[in-house]
Amino acid sequence: MTTAATTAATTTPIDRALIPIPFGRLVRTELRKLTDTRAGRWLLLTLVAATPIVALVMVFTMSTKDLNYAKFVDYTSTPEKLLLPILGILTMTSEWSQRTGLVTFVLEPKRGRVLLAKGVAALGLGIGVSILMLLVSVVGNVLGQSVRNGDGSWNFAGQVSGEVTLVLLSWLLLGIALGMALLITAAAILVAFVVPNMFSAFFGSGSKNTTAWFDLNQAQSPLYSHDITGKGWIQLLAASALWIGIPMLLGAMRVRRTEVK
Amino acid sequence: MTTTAAIRVADLSKDYRGTRAVDSVSFDVPHGSITGFLGPNGAGKSTTLRMLVGLTEPTGGSATVLGRRYTELLNPGRRVGVLLDASAQHSGRTGLEILRLGAMMMGLPDRRAEEMIEKVGLSKAESRRRTGTYSLGMRQRLGVAHALLGDPKVLILDEPANGLDPAGIHWMRTLLKEFADDGGSVLLSSHLLHEIEVVADDLVVIGRGRIVARGSKNDLLAGSGVYVRSTDDEGLAAGMRAVGVGFTDHPDGGFTVGAEAEHIANIAAAAGITLRELRADDEAGLEQLFLRLTADDAREDVKS
Repeated sequence: MTTAATTAATTTPIDRALIPIPFGRLVRTELRKLTDTRAGRWLLLTLVAATPIVALVMVFTMSTKDLNYAKFVDYTSTPEKLLLPILGILTMTSEWSQRTGLVTFVLEPKRGRVLLAKGVAALGLGIGVSILMLLVSVVGNVLGQSVRNGDGSWNFAGQVSGEVTLVLLSWLLLGIALGMALLITAAAILVAFVVPNMFSAFFGSGSKNTTAWFDLNQAQSPLYSHDITGKGWIQLLAASALWIGIPMLLGAMRVRRTEVK
Repeated sequence: MTTTAAIRVADLSKDYRGTRAVDSVSFDVPHGSITGFLGPNGAGKSTTLRMLVGLTEPTGGSATVLGRRYTELLNPGRRVGVLLDASAQHSGRTGLEILRLGAMMMGLPDRRAEEMIEKVGLSKAESRRRTGTYSLGMRQRLGVAHALLGDPKVLILDEPANGLDPAGIHWMRTLLKEFADDGGSVLLSSHLLHEIEVVADDLVVIGRGRIVARGSKNDLLAGSGVYVRSTDDEGLAAGMRAVGVGFTDHPDGGFTVGAEAEHIANIAAAAGITLRELRADDEAGLEQLFLRLTADDAREDVKS
């Protein structure tokens, strides 16, 4: 594509047979949109820089008996858990806040495909960030042991890696869902950060066994203590359906119907 | 020219909470021609164009571009260039980046973005600035560049001359004429008559959601006024008064007359007066037509 174009300097591209825009190209376009603005670049830079910074601080300041892999994952994932919903929200709301939907949905009128491409792009970045976090935790744990003679244990390593990645990605999905449903960045950020936590605060006194059905923080807490039961998984599924599934469904319906102005 | 129109709008309507914003609008844009879509602000032009490209769901009626519903076109950017609002661009992206994103989505080489920047007369330095710093005129140029990216056969432009200086308007006219001469079809809207009267082949005039006039520019012009100037304007005025032909003084001398050219020539001949000029009164005629057609339907200036 590119080579053909460089040889044909000023000529217009050849009118090839028209085919639907391949999905992969939509995803690449959406990935590029996440990285080609100042706000997007800063967000990504923060996402990437957060884990090494947290890990370094841990290596040098944490008490040596706590320097193990599970702790590294726990601490380095905390900033990501805050930042990933923002990534999800911005992916979805920027078309509306900057009104670029007027261009995007004209180039691809099948809005469902655009939404899916945005979801895949954000999820791809989220998975990348999670992998980075796990790698940094491995390095941190090795460093902690060699530099400070820390504990360095790998207990629950596999379980921790999977469970915390799941938590991160579900908060990313929550951001995506709320972004779609609300279409306004500030509103979506407010709801993503305030409402689930207010929920936890309101029902904090209730029995954990009951509240975990609809409190996402509560439902996710056994993932951090590595003692999730079969029932726990079902509760997690229920709370996720409430906080992620339903907003996502409403959002998809809204985006497909809303008039783009 | 082929028989089917490039754009066909049939009975398109849109209701907003009980208010009919667009009311059974129908018109065709023939291949290789420029159709001007005229109307005062708030008449329903933008809503009609948004329905045409699938951004707004019509309440009734249908619209096709190149024989299909817009939303059914595959990779529509490669066939139809659309500019609905030049300001609807991410203020943090550079002009060039916006075109590259469009090119990427349509499956065109990056190079195409730079070509279009050049084509619309933006400098290399300007193309590398964030669009937040652009003037409205620059945004319009960028928007036109974006519409032309996919080498389309049809252009749909909403108020593209808005914010352009006279040189910019001249440039836009030339560009659209060339596009139509190459067989392309253009639908462009404006609330200002003089912006499109030179360039349009056909006119569709809309007022309060309804079409109030539609046809070739020349047909709409005929009968709306003739300009006449003679060696003896006073004598000519007396002659016209005598047979009851209505006329008004023209600011440049001579008269604007509400009669057929032939009729005026006969009056002059009978009075032995030599005519210096006798032609369709383009400006005043079309202006009058526009004012007359939209005055009743124009929204009252209640809100500011």
